[in-house]
Amino acid sequence: MRTLTLGLLALFVASTAHAVEYTTVLPKQSRVDFEFRQMGVPVKGGFKRFTAQMAFDPARPEAARAQIDIDLASIDAGSREADEEAAGKLWFNRSAYPKATFVSSSVRALGDDRYEMRGTLTLKGRSRELVVPVRFVPGKTAAGFDGSFILKRLDFGIGEGMWADVATVANEVRVTFRIAATGK
Amino acid sequence: MPDRYTPPAIVLHWLVALLIFVAFPLGVYMHELPLSPRKLQLYSYHKWIGVTIFLLVGLRLAWRATHVPPPLPAGIAAWQLRASAIVHGLLYVLMLAIPLTGWLMSSAKGFPTVWFGILPLPDLVEKNRELGDLLAGVHQTLNFALLGLVILHVAAALQHHFIERQPFLQRMGPGGKAKEST
Repeated sequence: MRTLTLGLLALFVASTAHAVEYTTVLPKQSRVDFEFRQMGVPVKGGFKRFTAQMAFDPARPEAARAQIDIDLASIDAGSREADEEAAGKLWFNRSAYPKATFVSSSVRALGDDRYEMRGTLTLKGRSRELVVPVRFVPGKTAAGFDGSFILKRLDFGIGEGMWADVATVANEVRVTFRIAATGK
Repeated sequence: MPDRYTPPAIVLHWLVALLIFVAFPLGVYMHELPLSPRKLQLYSYHKWIGVTIFLLVGLRLAWRATHVPPPLPAGIAAWQLRASAIVHGLLYVLMLAIPLTGWLMSSAKGFPTVWFGILPLPDLVEKNRELGDLLAGVHQTLNFALLGLVILHVAAALQHHFIERQPFLQRMGPGGKAKEST
């Protein structure tokens, strides 16, 4: 009887521990990076400032939602020269479009802590549907939500005019992110 | 009489000279350009040439180590022989050090070198802006030292040939046996 009670208790604790809903994003432990090729040379970059809101309950992944707003002025495009260039009209046209925004629309569990998140990315006034794979990495104090996907820069008019030549700067940009969050 | 360098030594000498004469002005020119696809292309070409020079100079050194250069004409002053040995030594050092600093600078600036856009060279240093700027300064300084030495090298060869009237230029000159027999 006593063992059964303990057993039930353990089960209860385990299930509540698992039922944490992750809602508080930790900006300092989160990253949004990218990598692209120019003349066959891999160049790394990233965004230093972004805000993210999310809600994710591993017990109800289909109810999960996420939004991320990236401050495009915080870009590291690989060099000072490239950072300045990226602000211009041919690239992000940052004075007119200071932010990139992703808003999720649905989340599907693929099993094994893997999920597929659909949503809309709005960049430079253009909105495109994205399918982003996300891996849930539970941790002691915070969980990580990791993913990586290929974005085609020309879909959003990033790099127009002379920069539209993909032989010099590739169209494909690999975006890699880690969003760290704690639950309540 | 072996008063000429061997054909491979001559070919390598002029090939490296030609590549330096392309890479040097290209480096000066591209540096001043505003960012554009053209600039990125030129930087890549410059780096590809630099890697090629480095490899060819390695080949030259290997050849030089296994083949005795032709003797110099008699009557060259001892100080000139010493100066010549020093200048040649420094030219070799710079022809290796300049591509090397260029490669390290590229890595430090976060733009790895990919030879002909195909073969990636490893990054020997991490991305680091201060180090990148420092290496850029070193690369530039070494290049102007090279320019000075090349001027000295060419001036000395011309001086021996045309002013002192010593048979000199054919030592490293292109051309066949006709010249050699005169």
